[in-house]
Amino acid sequence: MQFWIIQGLNSLSFGGLLFLLSSGFSLIFGLMRLANLTHGAFFMLGTYFGAIALRTYDGLNLWVTALGAGFAVAAIGGLFERLVLTRLRSNPLGQVLVTLGMAFIISDACLVLWGGDSIPVPTPQNLQAPTRVFGFVFPTYRLVLVGCAVASALALYFLLERTRLGAMIRAGVDDRQMARAVGIPVSNLFTVVFCLGAGIAGAGGVLGGPILSAYPGLDADMLPLALIVVILGGIGSLLGAFIGSFVIGLIYTFGTALFPELAYIILFLPMIVVLAFRPQGLFGRVGA
Amino acid sequence: MTISRRQFVGSVAGAGIASMAAPRPVFAQNGGPIRIGMLAAKTGPLALGGIDMEIALVMYLKQHDSMLAGRKVELFVADTAGTPATARTKAQELIERDNVHCIIGPLAAFEALAIADYLTEKEMPTIGVAAAEDMTQRHPSPWFVRATATSAQCAYPLADYSAKELNFKKIVTIADDFAYGHEMCAGFQRAFEDNGGKIIQKIFTPLATPDYGSYVAQVKSADAIFLGTAGSNGFRFLRQFIEYGLKEKMAVIGGMTALDESVLRNMGDEALGILTTSWYSAELDNPLNKAFTTAFRAQTKYDPGYYAGGVWVSCQVLEGALKAINGKVEDKKALMAAIRGSNADTVRGIVKFDEFGNAVGNVYIRKVTRRDGRLVNTVIKTYPDVSQFWTYDKAEFLKNPVYSRDYPPAKNLEP
Repeated sequence: MQFWIIQGLNSLSFGGLLFLLSSGFSLIFGLMRLANLTHGAFFMLGTYFGAIALRTYDGLNLWVTALGAGFAVAAIGGLFERLVLTRLRSNPLGQVLVTLGMAFIISDACLVLWGGDSIPVPTPQNLQAPTRVFGFVFPTYRLVLVGCAVASALALYFLLERTRLGAMIRAGVDDRQMARAVGIPVSNLFTVVFCLGAGIAGAGGVLGGPILSAYPGLDADMLPLALIVVILGGIGSLLGAFIGSFVIGLIYTFGTALFPELAYIILFLPMIVVLAFRPQGLFGRVGA
Repeated sequence: MTISRRQFVGSVAGAGIASMAAPRPVFAQNGGPIRIGMLAAKTGPLALGGIDMEIALVMYLKQHDSMLAGRKVELFVADTAGTPATARTKAQELIERDNVHCIIGPLAAFEALAIADYLTEKEMPTIGVAAAEDMTQRHPSPWFVRATATSAQCAYPLADYSAKELNFKKIVTIADDFAYGHEMCAGFQRAFEDNGGKIIQKIFTPLATPDYGSYVAQVKSADAIFLGTAGSNGFRFLRQFIEYGLKEKMAVIGGMTALDESVLRNMGDEALGILTTSWYSAELDNPLNKAFTTAFRAQTKYDPGYYAGGVWVSCQVLEGALKAINGKVEDKKALMAAIRGSNADTVRGIVKFDEFGNAVGNVYIRKVTRRDGRLVNTVIKTYPDVSQFWTYDKAEFLKNPVYSRDYPPAKNLEP
């Protein structure tokens, strides 16, 4: 019983983490039709920013740091989109290669700047004591993380469904040509969405920090997970990313707990099945 | 720009001829410098150790004014990126392009295994840091020695200590799911169970495991958990272990890389009291080590650990051998014989090699304590002259298969 409860909570918290990672990826993919392979690196960059900031300034608040790192990474993402990706609009393969190159550059830069050590991101003081759930001990921070994921999902939902910007983004996802024809500045929209996606990844990186720590290779560990979530959930669908995150969280957690030898098979098999039989994903608007 | 096929063929052929026309001065030997090659993973997840390896080697040469045994030394460092294929390419570059006389490294077992045959074929004297058991057991190379330890070599003394002095009865092991982790846990299990203990659970986690939560949650109740992790994984596992409130319930002990100095410097009080085992500690109280750690700390602001220490020991072994042959590195056979006959006094103590080229030397049980504000591995017990075969009969040992996930079989696992 304890096993199921604890691992259930684990799946939830890992799912929350995955949503923070993959919602931005899904957003960018949906609008720009671009598999942004820099996404893992943006996430890692956020974690490093957070880890360094919290190490340098004592008493800095984790939430404020996450916000700051989010903006910083968003700015980097925006520059990258404006200076490089815009030039390659008509060359999708080139864009993907450029994002891959950028991912390598960021991960190497992190290594040069901050060395090969794992740098911890401290758990906030008031969340360090474990919580008792049904008599079982569970880290409080992980529960809070689920709350963060739900809150950011709601915020994104509001942004996409209830604001003018959101309407424009949705129009762009559904039919880019038509959106452009009715006067939506799709190119600027691309930049905004890219910033937003990168920013969520950066902030998510800080929030995931207390669990993951900042370490070289974090980007490569996280990127496939974002891909799986988005392919399973469906590209450009917020609901898809949300459900996909928790489904993958569940599969990953119980998979590694019950069949540790098959961890990666269990993780990637659903992705292959979905791609083969339902290429638009569970909730997708467009095919992958 | 478009390139016609003719231009392309022409430029490629031109490049080929150009590189043939400018050969390296291979034959300018006796007067030239001693060329030392280093294979270190400076990028990727193993960069943690690889960078320390390079720092140590550069520092060693600097301290000697780039002169060993009366000859100038030139250093070639190649980044293996922690992947076997790159290690192979880089080894080839070091040997065929840079014409090195000997190689120090590489770091990871799978890198070392990928280049072992090549190094033997090229008769390249190599002092390795990688721990793969069979490189000095069932498939030794006359050209390879290891001045550090095999994967399991340091695990035996800790198993002995756990059973006899700490009176642990049941232990859970957790390690990275690759040869190093398998071998270390297997060795630990063997020595611990031969002393009456029981390994009740063995967990192996993928090398790239972002979140250890699901593994931590399934750790069974035992006297202690043995960490066979390398690099930053142990550190991340341990944090989760503590957050799930498990450190109050069971003791934590670790292998030679789990709480390495490089890991400790990023940890806090949660690491205090953990016991680990290694052939080295930055706290070792001998004059050579004092000088080394002082210099290393002055440059890097942190303590040297497994990888920096391993390279330093290798350098001391190499220097001893170079002196013994008066710096005549061109005679590779003599160099190798001198290395194998080493009796060098190093920062870890005297290093000798057995007939398979593996170090026989002291292994230390260490406890994490705080000194001068930083966490250190204080030595609490020394096991002198530990061999890679521990107390087992060499011939019997070699008849068994190499340690793996499933060998020796774990008979006491709890369902």
